[in-house]
Amino acid sequence: MNEKMSMFWSGVREEVPLLVGVFPFGMIYGALALNAGLGLAASQMMSSIVFAGSAQFITAQLVHDAAPGLVIVLTIAVVNLRHMLYSASLAPYLEKLPIRWKVLLAYLLTDEAYAPTALKFEREGASPLGHWFLLGAGLALWSTWQVSTGLGIFLGASIPQNWPLDFALPLTFIALVMPVLRNRPAVMAALSAGLVALLAYNLPFKLGLILAALTGILVGTLLEGRR
Amino acid sequence: MNIWLVMLFGGLITFGMRFSFIYLFGRFHIPETLRRALHYVPPAVLSAIIFPEILIHDGKLALTLGNDRLLAGLVAVLVAQWTKNTLLTILAGMAALLVLQFVVR
Repeated sequence: MNEKMSMFWSGVREEVPLLVGVFPFGMIYGALALNAGLGLAASQMMSSIVFAGSAQFITAQLVHDAAPGLVIVLTIAVVNLRHMLYSASLAPYLEKLPIRWKVLLAYLLTDEAYAPTALKFEREGASPLGHWFLLGAGLALWSTWQVSTGLGIFLGASIPQNWPLDFALPLTFIALVMPVLRNRPAVMAALSAGLVALLAYNLPFKLGLILAALTGILVGTLLEGRR
Repeated sequence: MNIWLVMLFGGLITFGMRFSFIYLFGRFHIPETLRRALHYVPPAVLSAIIFPEILIHDGKLALTLGNDRLLAGLVAVLVAQWTKNTLLTILAGMAALLVLQFVVR
């Protein structure tokens, strides 16, 4: 096996432990997106067009709540801002690649592909074939995400309509938020965002959501600055 | 806006952010404040969605024991804290809601 392929497969291998968590998450997304009223094709295609777990769950929730498209797009942008950090962090290692490689790797740059790749680059420094590792990790995640979404849609269609399945979305967000509440600024960011979301609930166009999110981000950042 | 347009714009923005520094490397740096602020995006956005979902019922604040979603949400918070497992948290919260709605009430 040549060196490119062995680098590719080592990316795939290091991605596998993460896939164990990704697979059920993709299935839940598929089932909930369909239940939220996205339609079969849109539920499936969002996994390749947007290809970002938490943003997809949030989009499903906002479609279910009939939020205006512009608010949904803005929310996706805020939620995915962190990818700029990943982009900045890997940029020095991918500097010399041709543009088509950069486009492909940027498309595949999710949380789960970034994590093992950043560790690998950190550990071993720049290597002329490092991008094959990211390609392996990214493609392993991408194909798992597509298949698990499809399976979720398939199973979601057989869940009785009168089950309150829409509640699984906020439950998913609770599961996601609890581990990040590690320090006081993060807790205060969460509480202030929640409070503003309640107070501003009746603002038109679901703008309360954006206002609440920005308030939380501001509160967390200011509190951290004062420490 | 049509759902397909929402996905198209959402996807383009997401790609743009992933592509940004890989493309611009060396020509621009992320300001420290923005880097710090990004840590608070998940707790802020997720809480901004969770609070109204479990605390507002029929357009009004429902901070009462009669609010099934609030009670089931609290069960989920405890399970999330205890197990750190997404699937278990969802199952526990769903089970709590189903029991409250179909058995208790």
